[in-house]
Amino acid sequence: MKTKQSFSQKIWSYFKGNPIVVILVVISIAVGFTVDNFLSWSNFNNLASNTSVRFLIALGVSGCLITKGTDLSAGRQVGLAACITGVLIQRANYAGRLFSNLPEINMWLVLLIVLIIGTLIGFINGFIIAVLNVPPFIATLGTQTIVYGISLVFTNAQPIGGFQKTFIKFFNNKILKTGEFPGIPVYLIIAVIFFVMFWFLYNKTTHGKYMYAIGGNENAAEVSGVDTRKVKIRIYALAGFMYAVAGYLLTAKSGGSSATLGMGYELEAIAGATIGGVSTTGGIGTVSGVLVGVLVFELLKVVLQFLQVNPYYNNIVQGLVIVIAVALDIRKYVAKK
Amino acid sequence: MQEYRLEMRDVSKSFPGVKALDHAQLRLRPGTVHALMGENGAGKSTLMKCMFGIYKMDEGEVYFEGNKVDINDPMEALNMGIAMVHQELQPIPARTVGENIFLGRYPMKKILGFIPVVDHKKMYEDTAELLKKVRMDFDPKQLLGELSVSQMQSVEIAKAVSANCKVLILDEPTSSLTQNEVEALFRIIEDLKAEGVSIVYISHKMDEILQISDEVTIMRDGQYIGTWPSHELTTDSIITKMVGRELTNLYPARENVPGDIVFEVENFTSINPHSFRNVSFQLRKGEILGVGGLVGAQRTELMEGIFGIRSHTTGTIKYQGKVMNINRPKDAIDNGIAMLTEDRRLTGIMGVLSIADNISISSLQNYLDYNILINNKKVEELVLKNIEKMNIKAPSSKTQIKSLSGGNQQKVLIGRWLANNPDVLILDEPTRGIDVGAKYEIYCIIADLAKQGKSIIMISSEMSELIGMSDRVMVMCDGRVTGFINGKEATQENIMELATKFE
Repeated sequence: MKTKQSFSQKIWSYFKGNPIVVILVVISIAVGFTVDNFLSWSNFNNLASNTSVRFLIALGVSGCLITKGTDLSAGRQVGLAACITGVLIQRANYAGRLFSNLPEINMWLVLLIVLIIGTLIGFINGFIIAVLNVPPFIATLGTQTIVYGISLVFTNAQPIGGFQKTFIKFFNNKILKTGEFPGIPVYLIIAVIFFVMFWFLYNKTTHGKYMYAIGGNENAAEVSGVDTRKVKIRIYALAGFMYAVAGYLLTAKSGGSSATLGMGYELEAIAGATIGGVSTTGGIGTVSGVLVGVLVFELLKVVLQFLQVNPYYNNIVQGLVIVIAVALDIRKYVAKK
Repeated sequence: MQEYRLEMRDVSKSFPGVKALDHAQLRLRPGTVHALMGENGAGKSTLMKCMFGIYKMDEGEVYFEGNKVDINDPMEALNMGIAMVHQELQPIPARTVGENIFLGRYPMKKILGFIPVVDHKKMYEDTAELLKKVRMDFDPKQLLGELSVSQMQSVEIAKAVSANCKVLILDEPTSSLTQNEVEALFRIIEDLKAEGVSIVYISHKMDEILQISDEVTIMRDGQYIGTWPSHELTTDSIITKMVGRELTNLYPARENVPGDIVFEVENFTSINPHSFRNVSFQLRKGEILGVGGLVGAQRTELMEGIFGIRSHTTGTIKYQGKVMNINRPKDAIDNGIAMLTEDRRLTGIMGVLSIADNISISSLQNYLDYNILINNKKVEELVLKNIEKMNIKAPSSKTQIKSLSGGNQQKVLIGRWLANNPDVLILDEPTRGIDVGAKYEIYCIIADLAKQGKSIIMISSEMSELIGMSDRVMVMCDGRVTGFINGKEATQENIMELATKFE
């Protein structure tokens, strides 16, 4: 009885500390009871797949945010990864092939290429920030524009389609499918794997500890012998890696890609992470928080869609949620005085 | 006229986990200097923040000139005539002296009769007048960032004076001032006193308190101990009242025996021509080398140069005859050197992180499983060992370090360095801003480390500390080493003589 009470108390104090989560849960339940098909497996799978890809991007950005940086190039890096994936994964017999003399490339080799390029771009971001000492906001604003330009040049601003069937089939599959149970989306499995990896990285490795230390006080970390440059470069390179994974998966998910794929995702990722409690003043943020933040954002989108709100209103609502969530969050710290 | 300018009665204030003030009292007479004393964490700053409206008190009453008042924010306090010069100055370095003084209440004028703009001419004229009043005549249009710390402090005081204050709170005003600057500050205080201003003076420096104050209120653990006229008190009686016990020895007996020379610095010169140059010294195993000098003697810069925080042009550092190449702190740490930096907040603590994270950050590689995963049990062991050994007062190892008192933060930082088991430990002002009880504990730790054979360099601006703790004192002046004195022969006079040996 006693343990149960303390558990419910824990839940209560969590809800008290995260009012925006409560509001969204309540809205979702309300929508679930009033609108048909909201509480359905197909909606869950849709939400899970969408959230999974966005979560990977937000994980990448979270390291930048925790060290008081940011990464505005996230969305464009996703876009470039999607373009490269799209071009390399086109069927050999597809008529609209962009590079017609390319042989058909194995999808895992494509993944490897995309990951290498993504990590390299992230590394360059890290180098500009950590070694050339350009503020992250400006550095990634610059690379954002450059990366977008590369995507446009590379694809000639053409949409890309006609992908290998195995590629589409593999990632849009569902696991553990039975007659009753519709299965778990592959995207969700991948997100869970990265959740676990990042949890270990942030909580159990020196890299994670150094990251929080830099966010807490970069000077003190440097004086304590932390190689702050190396850690920061690693964070941005890892972020680039994550955007590449997301871009690759997004290509499979949407069955086509173009230079504009992932437009604005960096802001959604930053917003999601911030809603999830990653502090803009550095040193604070958890993997589960990032997940909650992204989930809240995606849930909001689905709810609006089910309520048949004119899509043009979506941006207004999402923007309001960001401002309200962070304002409520900041109150926790301000009220302590 | 009321007997008291301001009275605080039975003020209580709690923070999560701590009762910071427990029925605290303060009675200020007009035209007097009232010293507020107590160990760090005794609640002095909290009481002042309650008076100034930064904190809201849980219980208690404030009377200003006989009337009960409610002060909800600093603006109300200022309007009432209460001004505060904070322990940590909060200036805007990229703006002028005048703008800093009149920030938030710029003199205005209207152009074309209706467009309000800042009246810069009046602002700078008024600033010049105010600066004259605090006996500082520098250019009101100078950027604040170009001034020295003591000059910035004068600007803060000028700002307080400009508000026509009746109560002025000075929180550790002399912690970064030289003797001459302290005397200048005291002259300003005497002027203000003559004008009838009541001054609350918070400081740890006994001789200053006894020199400048008329009355002393002593606090301990958030409680009011009492108020006495200064002439009835002595350094010893103040300390006894502050710590609630007799402190017979200010410094522990040292049993360390300096051995062979292990650490050598030769011809060390900064990249900055105004900083340290041609510095050579040697350090023995198990020796405590004190480093004395005036503020600006470049002692911190020299040690930070050795530790790799600052750059040097020429010079070698040797440990046991082997030359070490140090370009950044990591190199120094890998070579067995540790350095407790002077400014805890700027280069020491990582405020939002836990005590555990702060202690373990520079030795994490020692607690890895499979070379990659941090073993939290080992980290926890380290933390608990330190909490116990150094008597760190904290609710748990997960407490954010910023919520600890200065002395406890310093012990956590010493723990951080000891976890690396360094051979050479550089301590830059290890007891600055730390209360008497914690100071003694830190001296014991230093003495014990020397006894274990560690070589210690200790920069200190407190003469008695330098004399009481050092086997040898190295004195610097204006970037040069001007001499060495054996610990037993060191006196205030011979240290000061070397410290003022300008070229």
